[in-house]
Amino acid sequence: MLEFANPTRFMALSRSVLPWLWAAAAGVLAIGLVLAFRAPADYQQGLTVLIMYIHVPSAWLAMMCYAVIATSSVGTLVWRHPLADVSARAAAPIGACFTFLALVTGSLWGKPMWGTWWVWDARLTSVLLLFLMYLGLIALWRAFDDPARAARPVAILALVGFVNIPIIKFSVDWWNTLHQPASVFRFDGPTIDPSMLWPLMVMAVAFTLLFLAIHVAAMRNEILRRRVRAMRVKAASTLVPAE
Amino acid sequence: MKLTGRDLACIRGGRLVFEALDFRVDAGMLLQLRGRNGAGKSTLLRLIAGLARIAEGELALEGGAPDVPVKEHIHYVGHLDAIKPALSVVENLAFWARLLEGEEVAALAGRAAIDPPAALDAMGIGPLADFPAAILSAGQRRRLSLARLLVAARPVWLLDEPTTALDTDGQACLFAMVERHLSSGGLALIATHVDLPLPAATLTLGVRQPEPRPEVEPA
Amino acid sequence: MIGAIAMLFRRETTLALRVGGGAMMGAVFFLTIVAIMPFAVGPDLNLLQRIGPAILWVGALLATLIGLDRLFQADHEDGSLDLLTMTELPLAVIVAVKAAAHWVTTGLPLVIAAPLLGLMLNVEPAALGAVALTLAAGTPALTFIGTIGAALTVALRRGGLLVPILILPLTVPVLIFGVSATNAAVTGPMAVSTPLTILAGLTLLSVVLAPIAAAAALRLAFD
Repeated sequence: MLEFANPTRFMALSRSVLPWLWAAAAGVLAIGLVLAFRAPADYQQGLTVLIMYIHVPSAWLAMMCYAVIATSSVGTLVWRHPLADVSARAAAPIGACFTFLALVTGSLWGKPMWGTWWVWDARLTSVLLLFLMYLGLIALWRAFDDPARAARPVAILALVGFVNIPIIKFSVDWWNTLHQPASVFRFDGPTIDPSMLWPLMVMAVAFTLLFLAIHVAAMRNEILRRRVRAMRVKAASTLVPAE
Repeated sequence: MKLTGRDLACIRGGRLVFEALDFRVDAGMLLQLRGRNGAGKSTLLRLIAGLARIAEGELALEGGAPDVPVKEHIHYVGHLDAIKPALSVVENLAFWARLLEGEEVAALAGRAAIDPPAALDAMGIGPLADFPAAILSAGQRRRLSLARLLVAARPVWLLDEPTTALDTDGQACLFAMVERHLSSGGLALIATHVDLPLPAATLTLGVRQPEPRPEVEPA
Repeated sequence: MIGAIAMLFRRETTLALRVGGGAMMGAVFFLTIVAIMPFAVGPDLNLLQRIGPAILWVGALLATLIGLDRLFQADHEDGSLDLLTMTELPLAVIVAVKAAAHWVTTGLPLVIAAPLLGLMLNVEPAALGAVALTLAAGTPALTFIGTIGAALTVALRRGGLLVPILILPLTVPVLIFGVSATNAAVTGPMAVSTPLTILAGLTLLSVVLAPIAAAAALRLAFD
């Protein structure tokens, strides 16, 4: 009964919170975009610097999403909380999308600087590996017919991945310095001007709000999807054959 | 129409399952196969369906459609149900309806095929049509398998313990189906351990132990 | 018969798209192989540019074999294969239709993904087109040859790893002409059409012959 009560309360709560969340995300995003366009263009990069205002928040969310999944996985494994699994499952495709966005914008941003679409620099490569880990999680989820049975295996994989992230990051950095990086371009230039920093911060907040809104909406969908499934199983088992 | 087997023998996995087996099934007739486990009931059905090799003897279907292979006259419902869990119930059935249909053979069956939703209704699982097959229970899967018999008209039915997992209502459904099939000139072979409430000839397999073949006999 | 073929094709593609994201699995595997390569050979873009087409081809070769071991096994285990042999479709046609559906859901995404992954390896624009073209011409051969391995191992519980071992040596000619056609498009001196024609010939040959061999192997599973 407790297991059913929690998602029910979540559905009621999220229904009233969600519109405000969407509105807040849209509002802050609008402010962020205005600030970004009014920020001075970089003397080196010109207008392409605008890509930064999408790229950096996306990269930030790519990592935060995984943290959400890892935290939820602890909830699944330790407390077996049904909402924890729903949260992790809803976050994975969103995380994959933001990671993909970070990769694409990184590539677009880098093109004028590097002269190629892609360089195997430590940061981009780490994000690519993160993307692959997201795809692995999604694939494992989809391999199970019954979402309830997928919860714990996926939680274990997510936590194993979480523990591995620092190791992967360290090895990729080491691999990259070993091989004389092809480019000296860095995303976190140490001298970021305050006139750029403010719009960037606002955009980061906007993206975080956007993530929260999408995440809550996706969780609602996931809960509804599971209810439909449960109702179907119930309907099939209580079916009284005609005749 | 007449299905005959003469002096049939079958070897599986180096073991002689049966030999010197004769049977004859005429139109409108039901032959029930009885016998202990391992006597070769399932093997005989697979043999007739062309799914196992005949070691000796011959199998003939008289009065079938010319130029159409024997196995295309046959409906086979075995232990495996050929149901894809990822497809919906009606998608599963519609697939087999299209694949198993054949005009010349259908003309011989003396009874028209019905469309998949109607067949599901007839088997009492009509309301489940659009559900994924993954959520069906064992009995419902069996009903879906048996619904194949209705969506394509074929004159010869081979049913391997078709009552397995069926409740009394499902069994009644099945017996009515078989009865209609026989009365419209079809013929059926049913391997079973329960008594069928239908007039039937009986072929009991494995009455005498087959003698071990010389080459598998221990030295 | 055409209707039955269309129905079988539709079922196969539907199942591939629904079961465990099967169709995208090949493309993700492809991406993983390509992404892992620079860690082995180093991030040197000049080197990657040179060996990029080869990496893409080897990646596509391995990704094509994904899921191939289940091509007949799944149908064998649930009894579908038994029933399929009792239809009007000859076994070789069934094999060909299943292989075609498998290629559309596994091989075609690779052809589409290859130019994108080529960008990551700094492959030249001319070579990107050539890789996609040669993969489109060559991967059907890989799938169809693969059906023979899948048919031979259909009744084996642990046939999964056996399929690549049986099949990879047979795919070497496809790999040779695929990569040389790509290289010819970029660096010359040979005309592209020579290896590309041979590649297309290999594909046509395997489309015709492999289903016959695979059908013969499948019949053995019915004993």
